[in-house]
Amino acid sequence: MVGRKDVLDLNDFTAAEIEQVLRTADAMREILTRPIKRVPALRGKTVVNLFFEPSTRTRVSFELAAKALSADVVNISASGSSVEKGESLVDTVRTLQALGADVVVMRHSQSGAPYLVAQQVQASVINAGDGWHAHPTQALLDLYTIRDKLGRLEGLRAAIVGDVLHSRVARSLTFGLVKMGAEVTLVGPPTLIPPEAPQWGAQVSYDLDAVLPKLDVCYLLRVQRERQRQRFFPSVREYARRYGLTRERVAALPEGCLIMHPGPMNRGVEIDSDVADLPRSVIEEQVTNGIAVRMALLYLMLGGAGEGGGA
Amino acid sequence: MPLSGPPDCGGSAQSVERVIMTEVEIRRALARIAHEIVERNHGVEDVVLIGLLTRGVPLARRLAEKLEALEQRAVPVGALDITFYRDDLAVRPLQPVVRRTAIPVDVTGRCVILVDDVLYTGRSVRAAMDEVMDYGRPRCIQLAVLVDRGHRELPIRPDYVGKNVPTARSELVAVRLREVDGRDEVAIIREA
Repeated sequence: MVGRKDVLDLNDFTAAEIEQVLRTADAMREILTRPIKRVPALRGKTVVNLFFEPSTRTRVSFELAAKALSADVVNISASGSSVEKGESLVDTVRTLQALGADVVVMRHSQSGAPYLVAQQVQASVINAGDGWHAHPTQALLDLYTIRDKLGRLEGLRAAIVGDVLHSRVARSLTFGLVKMGAEVTLVGPPTLIPPEAPQWGAQVSYDLDAVLPKLDVCYLLRVQRERQRQRFFPSVREYARRYGLTRERVAALPEGCLIMHPGPMNRGVEIDSDVADLPRSVIEEQVTNGIAVRMALLYLMLGGAGEGGGA
Repeated sequence: MPLSGPPDCGGSAQSVERVIMTEVEIRRALARIAHEIVERNHGVEDVVLIGLLTRGVPLARRLAEKLEALEQRAVPVGALDITFYRDDLAVRPLQPVVRRTAIPVDVTGRCVILVDDVLYTGRSVRAAMDEVMDYGRPRCIQLAVLVDRGHRELPIRPDYVGKNVPTARSELVAVRLREVDGRDEVAIIREA
């Protein structure tokens, strides 16, 4: 992890690198409990948040993470920037680099966009979500939360439920969980499970009720209502009946099974409103841990001289 | 601590090693420091010992035990990882493991005694003071070290010293402690 220029997805991370991020995040979480939630580790570094898609939690989380390490933070959203004047993506990032950006945190609706940028610039690039492709920092904060709550990752059984096809979270999290030795089952209507899913090292099931009784982690994905025009399932009500996590389904989960969701939630669709507020639902902890995990990434990427720095 | 030399200093075939403090001498030095702390602070009522990771922490624990035996009063012990406060983050390779700082009490109004194994340039102590200040406003900060090897680069002086050891910059001072290294001794290592 140390000396890595970019964080684009988890599929090129080793288990040892993931472990290092999670361990560093532990130290970061302690900082967030201090009266002064700030250490000078990244003083003088500049982090640019470049978001071409709307986002609250991820952008704010990166901003707070960078600030807690004393980096300078600049936020740019596509509307109101020179992107509207027709500047190309690579030119935009080159401009940011010329202005002194050390890291560009980027969200884009096109899968692969951060890869294109990372090849063309010297600044570090962190993928904060690209299209349907990858969301590595979300996956890392989920891994951190699971390990924090259950004490381990290896040997755990997790189900990722819902619209796997359009979910960058599902892809990255599956890679991460499989790499750390957990068993993953992707659950959803056949139209929303990508055909290549078995190649990720996960099992596939179309029957949520059959999967529930042996889970350690039940991870619900957001139903992307904006895609409902394309008729991936008959109706939102039908979806909720077959794949929504209701009170009755929670009763079928083993005791101690975590309920997780990357947010934003559709209460009453993929998760019943009162289920989201159960003590075993760790959705808010996921958000809080996101800051610590992103601090760990920024620190490990920018904190040292890397190789060749010398002591 | 890292600034006093690479952590793995022993074992190399070309280096010459000389023991300058034995187990007994370390114990006597800590006993004396404990008495000095009590005398100087008229007791240990508001004292907090904070060890600098790694080897400052077991030293702080040992001092706390001795203080407790002297004064029949528990002294809180904390651990400080100064990694994020270092001034050389950009010039040396990243430490692979960042450890958790743990300070068990509010330091505001208390007398914080920083405990480290070797005092060298003073830069670790500067970082530690900055970090402690971010936790609160101590009444005072004092510094206890097992070995002062000289070569200060900042205006910092220790309040309690186990042993003053004149050294050359090319030498390394290795403090080995039972809790970390399996035995107690301090050695000077000269690369041949």
